[in-house]
Amino acid sequence: MSPNFLIALRFLTAKKRAMLMSLSCIVLGVGLFVITQATTSGFEKFFIRTILGTNGAVRIADKIQDTMGAMFANPDESSMVFQRDQRKYIEGIDEPDLLIKALRPFANVAAVSQVVTGSVTAESAFKEEVVKLYGIELDDHIAVSDLEHQIIRGDIAAYRVSPLGIMIGSVMAERLRVDPGDSITLKTREQNRRYTIMAIYETGVADIDKERIYTHLGEARSLLKKTTGASFLQVGLIEPNRAPADAFLMEETLAHSATSWQEREKTWLEVFRALRISSAITVSVFTLIAGLAMFNTLAMIVMEKTKDIAILRSMGYTQDDVLQIFLWQAGIVLFIGTILGCLLGLSGTYVISNVPVRITGIFATDTFIVAWSGWHYISAVLTATIMVMLASIVPARRAARLEPGDVIRGTAQ
Amino acid sequence: MSESKGEVVIRCEDLHRFLGEGEGRVHVLRGVTFEAKRGNVYAIVGPSGCGKSTLLYQLGLLDQPDGGKIWLDGELMSNSSDLARTAARNKHLGFVFQFHFLMLEFTALENVMMPLRKAGKMSQAEMEDRARGLLESVGLGDKTHRLGTQLSGGEQQRVAIARALANEPSVILADEPTGNLDQRNSNLVFDLLTKIARENDQAVVLVTHNPEIAKRCDFIRPMRDGEFVQSD
Repeated sequence: MSPNFLIALRFLTAKKRAMLMSLSCIVLGVGLFVITQATTSGFEKFFIRTILGTNGAVRIADKIQDTMGAMFANPDESSMVFQRDQRKYIEGIDEPDLLIKALRPFANVAAVSQVVTGSVTAESAFKEEVVKLYGIELDDHIAVSDLEHQIIRGDIAAYRVSPLGIMIGSVMAERLRVDPGDSITLKTREQNRRYTIMAIYETGVADIDKERIYTHLGEARSLLKKTTGASFLQVGLIEPNRAPADAFLMEETLAHSATSWQEREKTWLEVFRALRISSAITVSVFTLIAGLAMFNTLAMIVMEKTKDIAILRSMGYTQDDVLQIFLWQAGIVLFIGTILGCLLGLSGTYVISNVPVRITGIFATDTFIVAWSGWHYISAVLTATIMVMLASIVPARRAARLEPGDVIRGTAQ
Repeated sequence: MSESKGEVVIRCEDLHRFLGEGEGRVHVLRGVTFEAKRGNVYAIVGPSGCGKSTLLYQLGLLDQPDGGKIWLDGELMSNSSDLARTAARNKHLGFVFQFHFLMLEFTALENVMMPLRKAGKMSQAEMEDRARGLLESVGLGDKTHRLGTQLSGGEQQRVAIARALANEPSVILADEPTGNLDQRNSNLVFDLLTKIARENDQAVVLVTHNPEIAKRCDFIRPMRDGEFVQSD
């Protein structure tokens, strides 16, 4: 054990209460930092998982038609040059199969599902609701969503073999007061058809659960009178984080609008980011207080230990040794504080992840959602280290600069 | 500049030191010249404020002179870097102060081991053996594991002597080492200090107000107004 470390350890015991105060602040600062980051990023990740599991990573929809914003004539030749500066979007996809084929070369594309949508009126024995009918090929859609795992009542296998079967959202089922096995009528201007509810799903996204009805693609085409084409293609990606780049490439090569999940959910993602940053700033106040407490404690120790510092210097301890002795003290408290803080964060995160809380609206969960990430711990420890060590440098340098002659003269005379 | 090694272990020449600022600035040392040889005990005496402690701190390289030169073991140390002066203190000098200056969170043994740890020349066991031996030589062999707070004033001063001797310095500088002790302890501490220093051929320079103690030294150097007023 180095003499400086040994002296630092003993000096620490001289100010137990003050050091315990600094230690508590570090423990709380690190622990709460980890917990808040774990919960905010946990909800953010869960939200992302939910939107990927419902609307997919990329949605390809309207056809793009370039318009001629300006036209330049070449006086020497008869050819013309067109400048693209505006785009016109034509609703829907005319040739979904061709587009799906064109998507195959994209290495990041995992699966594609074509969807036909349209508004219909759903009528149960109790109520009527205007809803959105989604015509899907079940297997294709399962490959680009979590629909299979979102079934809360009924049976998706029964839906598969039932030509007039439908799946409805949990909020809609509640409003229409229907259960699996019940029948409802879907009405358009031209026709009314009766369907059997085979399954009820819950995505947790209220807007989806209250208005989306899934049926077989052929049945939707027939009811909505859309015999060809598709409303949009839902694309599943192997690496969803690369969606913006893929969407841009798809739009450029396929001449159809392609929207990544990051673009679609930009507002919510910004909200989560802001929450994460604000909670980190709020909790960092604890580590700031820890830094101030450490500054205060070390400043007190320097004042009380001037004679000890002078005697150490008279024995041959250098200014750097004295600086180290005080930085060691901060380092020891910081080390213990961050270890205990990480343990507090770990156990707190675990406890919170088991707290029952029913949340629906933008996702559905029965407990607090947390994210387990080493970066939360690294960020917390780094924040505490920077604040505490910065606060410790001033008193430590003051101690190192004490002139032993001045101290001893002041005491002796 | 360096001088050849010899019997003289510490020497200062035309030493000046001012203390205070502005109108309160005082010329504390006015061209003091002094030397100490191995195996001898020197007493610097004089009224309070005459500059004797200031001279001791200058000789102990705890303070920078405003003028003049200091040689330690033949090496010019005045105006040398803080690092060089600090290293010289560890190697060549031992200090005993009036108020003991023990580190109270440490035991007597650990206090004596403190300069040895800094020197870093011995193993832990060797350091413990040496510190224990020194504490035995000052009569505290049975109190090695007592904290500073658990020792009397006389005992604390004896621990301070043992600590000053730990690195076998060439010079021991003592600032009123008996000033805070009763007569019995004063004699005990003085006898110990001078006995061990003579045995080890070390020079002892002590500042004292006690005429009895001064009389028992080999040389007495009286100071007045920042100067030596007579020489032995």
